[in-house]
Amino acid sequence: MSEFLAAEHDYIGLSEFPTMEATKPTSDNKTKTTDNNNNNDDDVLNFKATELRLGLPGSESPERVDQRLCSLKSSCPVSGAKRVFSDAINGSTKWVFSTDSSAVEDIKPDVPVKEKKSSASAAAPASKAQVVGWPPIRSFRKNTMASSQKQGGGGDNNNNNSETEGEAKSGPEPCLYVKVSMEGAPYLRKIDLKTYKSYVELSSALEEMFSCFTIGQFGSHGGCGRDGLNESRLTDLLRGSEYVVTYEDKDSDWMLVGDVPWEMFICSCKKLRIMKSSEAIGLAPRVMEKCRSRN
Amino acid sequence: MDRRFPFKVLEHIFSFLDANEDRNSVSLVCKSWFETERRTRKRVFVGNCYAVNPLKVARRFPKMRSLTLKGKPHFADYNLVPDGWGGYAWPWIEAMAARRPLLEEIRLKRMVVTDECLEKIAASFRDFKTLVLTSCEGFSTDGIAAIASTCRKLRDLELRECNVDDLGGDWLSYFPETSTSLVSLDFSCLDSEIKLSDLERLLSRSPNLKSLKLNRSVTLDVLEGLLRRAPQLVELGTGSFSDELDPEEISKLTKALSELKQLKSLSGLWDLLPEYIPVLYSVCPRLTSLNLSYATVQMPDLVDLLSRCSKLQKLWVMDMIEDKGLKTVALCCKELRELRVFPSGADLDEEDVALTEQGLVSVSEGCKKLESVLYFCVQFTNAALVTIAKNRPNFRCFRLCVMEPFAPDYRTQQPLDEGFKAIVERCKDLRRLSVSGLLTDKAFEYIGVHAKKLRMLSIAFAGDSDLMLHHLLSGCESLKKLEIRDCPFGDTALLENAAKLETMRSLWMSSCFVSFGACKQLSQKMPRLNVEVIDEHPPKTRPDSSPVERIYIYRTVAGPRQDTPEFVWTIHKNPEVGVSRLSTR
Repeated sequence: MSEFLAAEHDYIGLSEFPTMEATKPTSDNKTKTTDNNNNNDDDVLNFKATELRLGLPGSESPERVDQRLCSLKSSCPVSGAKRVFSDAINGSTKWVFSTDSSAVEDIKPDVPVKEKKSSASAAAPASKAQVVGWPPIRSFRKNTMASSQKQGGGGDNNNNNSETEGEAKSGPEPCLYVKVSMEGAPYLRKIDLKTYKSYVELSSALEEMFSCFTIGQFGSHGGCGRDGLNESRLTDLLRGSEYVVTYEDKDSDWMLVGDVPWEMFICSCKKLRIMKSSEAIGLAPRVMEKCRSRN
Repeated sequence: MDRRFPFKVLEHIFSFLDANEDRNSVSLVCKSWFETERRTRKRVFVGNCYAVNPLKVARRFPKMRSLTLKGKPHFADYNLVPDGWGGYAWPWIEAMAARRPLLEEIRLKRMVVTDECLEKIAASFRDFKTLVLTSCEGFSTDGIAAIASTCRKLRDLELRECNVDDLGGDWLSYFPETSTSLVSLDFSCLDSEIKLSDLERLLSRSPNLKSLKLNRSVTLDVLEGLLRRAPQLVELGTGSFSDELDPEEISKLTKALSELKQLKSLSGLWDLLPEYIPVLYSVCPRLTSLNLSYATVQMPDLVDLLSRCSKLQKLWVMDMIEDKGLKTVALCCKELRELRVFPSGADLDEEDVALTEQGLVSVSEGCKKLESVLYFCVQFTNAALVTIAKNRPNFRCFRLCVMEPFAPDYRTQQPLDEGFKAIVERCKDLRRLSVSGLLTDKAFEYIGVHAKKLRMLSIAFAGDSDLMLHHLLSGCESLKKLEIRDCPFGDTALLENAAKLETMRSLWMSSCFVSFGACKQLSQKMPRLNVEVIDEHPPKTRPDSSPVERIYIYRTVAGPRQDTPEFVWTIHKNPEVGVSRLSTR
């Protein structure tokens, strides 16, 4: 929890605004690493006093603001303040436009560094040193400028689609977002298929997401240890519940979710749609055909 | 004797009222004025799509012809609102399709629009004329094709900075051969290539086309042919401006541009190469609007261009313009009303930063009509702000983004309090303000005292305590939208000024010290506010003292919304309940 918060807010490794940093050293937060332990005592006290934590009993109350104010005023306007900030953000070009992590780190070793910076520059990709949404530039502009900076960006960079949209892309992807729509629901969701390991996980996640609409019991057919669901299970589902999950595959066919092994599914799934089982009945024969043609 | 105006007379008088603010005031006078006004309102504006129920709006305005809606909070532009938060257009489209089939114009900003929505629009409104989508997402080019093919009277189709699932350039071919009504077409945010012949034919049969904004994939070599088919253009957004042309092509393009006698606005110009700047010289003297913010042109080439734009009213550039370039603007562009300077991402570590506060000072001196500014700069001084304020008391919109959080006045090391004080003191008509740099509570005291007409205020990394928020909420009488991020306060000021929140459209606070308990109290106190907690990493338990990641508070007569995703909770009015998904009806 707090590590996520730290990742989001960890933009300055400075004591100027200690508030937003979690002091808990977290192993998966590269920008923190063991750095917190190296702080001098003053800093640690200030950090602890003003740490923004979620949900832990005895979290700080707003009276602590005064302490933060003191620390802020004491560490504040040094003539090198500006440089110090930009030092902490490596590769200045990259911090302004935080699009993807392929921007190369530009470390300047001769610049006077603070402790935090050295750890920040160690392993973190440019995006870790970013402030979310700062400076306030619209993502359209950021994406456009980023692709201008890459030579030959031309028109074939996905300027406008989210760079994480992984429709029908093969090969290793950091995440595989597909859109999920539901019949009758006014909204779409996007999910990362890579975060699920099986149909069971996927279906419970979908159920959660669209829980205000009755999905039926398709997620709770327990005991399905295999990745695929066989024919009889499918018909069980269709009879038992109001809605079923379908997906659009690479051939742009609409298939019932569950007929192929999980790995194959996530490679070929472009879109998901939860539709009424009465409409999905028509899909079942196609599914059988495809299965037969594959076997 | 009936002392009231006959309905027909009242109706006629109201037909002269355009501004919705006036109409809103008028509708509050008495029941009969309310009734008359509502029957005559044609253009409906809803600043927060969750403030009111779409069906009620449909029922209230039977003569509605134009609907404008805004969805997500403004900070969604900067990725501060997680995906899936909301802002769905569907319920509105559905309601209007059922009850107001004569609707002609739909303008949406920051909303989720699906292909189903677009298909519904195409199928339901037979006189549909105008679709403008700004910063919207959720649809693909299939939806656009539906609009193009079905809306016989389509005049305006504008996609402004939308996130579109681009399935290819086919959509352009869906405009029927019989369609000749197009007035404006903006597909600048799309990625893929369109078929040139489709576009050429469309232009040839659209004599009324006044505004055309191409996307980047339209190459420079085809531009000349397009312009020859649309010499009546008033607004042009070019495609890429960097392809190689031979001298003959250059000369043809130059001629084609010079034929655009009505051209007033120029944009696009992606990757504009310096050698092509002379091509634009012929249009410069007529231009009132120039958007160079995607043109990676440096000084001194920019000067050659800008010095010819004596009628310019609106200029968007990147910081490559440097102080020198802005001096030229101050000298040559005496009609300038709006200036925006965007950061190019040039190396911030450089000691000689070429764009400084001086640039803005020069423009404020030379351009007497300047009233709207968006300026990104690495650092600033109080003295500069004071000078700017003295020069230009006519500012209506002043947005300064000192890119270094907490950057003080770099000469005096003082907070920028005095500088912003000068701005709000002198600019009595200031409607919109964005502050930045090192600011203490004092700055906000000044804002509270002086900025009486201020409607929208954006704050980041500022202030010391709850006093800051208190000054704003108790002082700024006209405040409608307040958005705050990363500021060290929350509860006390919020609760003390709870009543103020119902006079505002919305309040956004993220990464501040607002506790869950305060959210509950606020929600209970104010029945007509939706208090939304947005927490992507919610704690397992929520003691009252636990801080929330983000809150979004807005007034509404529609009650809590039913479409919240799993990371948004509307605080229940019953404090025992705390938060709920409100998914039960």
